[in-house]
This record gives sequence, C-alpha cells and structure tokens, in this order.
Amino acid sequence: MERIPILTMNEFLLVSIQVDMHDRLAMTLQEDLTNRIVRDRARGVLIDISSLEIVDSFMGRMISNIAAMSRVLDAETVVVGMRPAVAITLVELGLALPGVRTSLNVDRGMALLRSSLAGGGNGHGDADR
Amino acid sequence: MPIDETLPVHSSNDIVVVRQVVRTSAVEIGFNLVEQTKIVTAASELARNTIDHGGGGTARVQSLWNSGRAGLRLTFEDKGPGIPDLELALKDGYTTGLGLGLGLSGARRLSNEFEIQSRPGEGTRVTITRWK
Repeated sequence: MERIPILTMNEFLLVSIQVDMHDRLAMTLQEDLTNRIVRDRARGVLIDISSLEIVDSFMGRMISNIAAMSRVLDAETVVVGMRPAVAITLVELGLALPGVRTSLNVDRGMALLRSSLAGGGNGHGDADR
Repeated sequence: MPIDETLPVHSSNDIVVVRQVVRTSAVEIGFNLVEQTKIVTAASELARNTIDHGGGGTARVQSLWNSGRAGLRLTFEDKGPGIPDLELALKDGYTTGLGLGLGLSGARRLSNEFEIQSRPGEGTRVTITRWK
C-alpha cells in the first residue's frame, strides 16, 4: 500500500508530502502520524509541503486535522515550505489554515518548535522543560 | 492546437488526473505560475464537488481564443440531485458535506467567469473560465 514516510528527528517527526494527495493516502497519513506521535513520544510535527503544487480545501482540511490531532496528543504542528503561488491561491480560495503554524523552511520550523517547547509554548503546560 | 478533452470524475484518482490535465493545458496556453495554480486549485474543488455532491460526472477542459486572448474553460457536469438553493450554495462556509464549504465560492473567486446551472433532480453544471 502507498504510504507517506515519516522521519524521526530527535523529539520531532518530519513528514514530506511529495505526491499528489488522494483521500485514502491522507487518511493513512493521519493514522500513521498519530500512532508515531504516541510511539516515539514526539513533541512536534513538521509537515513539509514544498513539493506541493496546489493545496485545495481538502488538503487544507487534512492539514488542519493533523494539527488538531497532534495538539490533543501534546505535539505541535508546523507546516513548512509553502510555495508563494500556493499561498496566493489559498488566501483567494478563502482558506486561512486556522490553528496551523507555518514557517518558511524546515530549519525555521524546527527552531519554532524548539522555542515553543523551551518557553512553555502557547498553552502547552510543560512543567519540566 | 486547440484543447478539448472530457474526463471522467468518479474517484479520488480521477481528481488527480483532472488536476494534471488542467495543469498541462494551462502551461500549454501560456498561463504563468500563479494563474496555473489558481485554475488547477479551482478544478480540484469543482471535481471534488462533482463526486461528493453529484455522485460523479465529467470534466471538460477547453482552450479558448478570443480576440488575441487565450483562456481555459472547465465544465463540470453531473446528474446528481442538483442544488435547491444556488444562492445559499455559493455562500462561503455553507456546506452539506464534510468539507469547509469553500468549493463553489472558492472556485468562483479563482476564476474570471463563473456560471452554474442546476435543477433539483436533474444535476448540476458548473463552468469556469480563466483568461490569460
């Protein structure tokens, strides 16, 4: 079965979406990712969409869902690498990706996750770090 | 060479094919990257509507030429239940499905011309055109 690989980078998970998403693949990714957050005790998820030529409302909903599921499992999600043409189109489409944090690239996304973990983040009550 | 292709829209994979054909056609008639992205995204929204609300149908991709201006016209047709209240269906955030309710209104914003015909019980036809 077709799957999107999930890489572990310290306490974070990195997903690079490089194929044209269809429904089943999106559902599999949600399941795999939530399982991995629990198994690897991940504190953050980076979703790299730099290969995506479009993000439609289906993809947008999938990304928002992943962010919401991760949050419930005490992990933060950052979407990185959005192409300029995709950003222009998303806004015109009316999709603002509520609840999803973004960064320009993986490095910055990682820095954002680190600082939000170190500083107690936005509402993530993490007493011992 | 004018483009005129009709594609089936019944499964999630068909949406991927529609996106690819629309992208290739947009490149062929000289749309820039942002224009390509907008029309492909609009196509994706409408193809999904055809499946989710119309029970599947067809997508027609046509190139146009109007007094020196190139354009791309996409027509999505289904024989589904139709839309009883068009005005309501075109409202941002209105949905009967599981989506975000941005399909129709979003596709309209991403194109230059937008036309919708629907009769309850007979189906729906949505036509969008984007000019270069």
